[in-house]
Amino acid sequence: MPTFVYMTRCDGCGQCVDICPSDIMHIDKTLRRAYNIEPNMCWECYSCVKACPHQAIDVRGYADFAPLGHSVRVLRDEEKGTIAWRIKFRNGKKDMELLAPITTKPWGKFIPKLADEAAPSKEMRDSELLFNEPKYVRMDEGGLHTLESNGLKMKAGVYY
Amino acid sequence: MFTSNPFAELSASISPQIMQGYVILMVLLVIGGTVLDMIHKKSAQYFFENAKKAKKDAKRSVGTGEKTTIAFKVLANEVLTSGEFCHMKRRLSHLLTMYGFILFVATTAIMIFGYPTPEASTPAILPILWHIGALMLAIGGYWFWFFIRVDVSAEGLSWYRFERADLFIVSLLTTATFGLIWSYTQSSGMGGWSTLFFALFIASSTALFGGVLWSKFAHMFFKPAAAFQKRVTKADGSRENLPGDYDLTDPAVQAKFPDIPEYMGKNPSYMGPGIRREPANHY
Repeated sequence: MPTFVYMTRCDGCGQCVDICPSDIMHIDKTLRRAYNIEPNMCWECYSCVKACPHQAIDVRGYADFAPLGHSVRVLRDEEKGTIAWRIKFRNGKKDMELLAPITTKPWGKFIPKLADEAAPSKEMRDSELLFNEPKYVRMDEGGLHTLESNGLKMKAGVYY
Repeated sequence: MFTSNPFAELSASISPQIMQGYVILMVLLVIGGTVLDMIHKKSAQYFFENAKKAKKDAKRSVGTGEKTTIAFKVLANEVLTSGEFCHMKRRLSHLLTMYGFILFVATTAIMIFGYPTPEASTPAILPILWHIGALMLAIGGYWFWFFIRVDVSAEGLSWYRFERADLFIVSLLTTATFGLIWSYTQSSGMGGWSTLFFALFIASSTALFGGVLWSKFAHMFFKPAAAFQKRVTKADGSRENLPGDYDLTDPAVQAKFPDIPEYMGKNPSYMGPGIRREPANHY
């Protein structure tokens, strides 16, 4: 089900308009509040729901994971680096909460500096691999590559 | 210009009783407009139904003492410092406009009722505050109109495009602007111009106070009520079905959600403002 906006919560800040990948969240010209201009084109990516600073946008989830009359709400707390979900059934008996990290390092501090990398050599240019693509993602020889088979270890942390 | 009471000088042509009657009429229009607005939009009905629904979902009851604390918090945060705005420029512009408007309206009423004629000598501070109020209103309002309004800064619409939504801000701006020009022309002795700008000032303020039903003037009454209700839902645990606001360092939270200590450590650091590092302007 597409997104909808609680008009009493929205203050027309434009965060949802900014983030919508389908460009269907717009500011109403008369009320100056956000609304979904084309509900048919909304694929419930939840980007606007998570970006809204006032939790003014909601989506009715599909009946296959929660019966009708339920509520599925999300709170993305960037300063804590977490995302929390709450799924509540119509009868109120099932009330589930989930909390998961969305980053392990402060935002924007550990962006790979690709400009500082050495320029690709001729051999690299002729290779079918992408720039800086590690060799162990190749699938053209032997079996499935794993971290172990490549002498690597799982590191804690999200890389972006 | 800044130290003279424009209404005392006006009393030569318009009697103070008429001016006082006009102010009372404007107050009545605001009250009537707000009541009609509430009936028309059914906002009060929605508000109370929503509050009843939230109470049904409440995990604990909020006592009168706690409600009083919440009311003070709403007053300090949402009402007096416009804390609901996440956008700092918007918040500053709103504070300028709000305090400018309060100063302007309060000093107007004091001067018209307390010092309506040149015989009752007006304390110099009142006209100074009246002018400062009008200037604050104009600065905050024009800043909003030209740069901050979301459909101007982001939807790419021209600044001179008017909609019904603009009735409030436009009538506020014209009231402050024509009030200042009227005061200037009056103190410089430009009789004809002064009459013209006074007429425009009155027309704008009548539109401002008389247009409550069609403008967003009534937001100053229902916004604090909505902010109060929002805080109550957080206090009573209903939270409008939103998930809880967890303390990540709490061992109970870490035991319930083991991913948090596993990936973020026992004492997660502050991650910064994320996408709010820059305002929304990419559309």
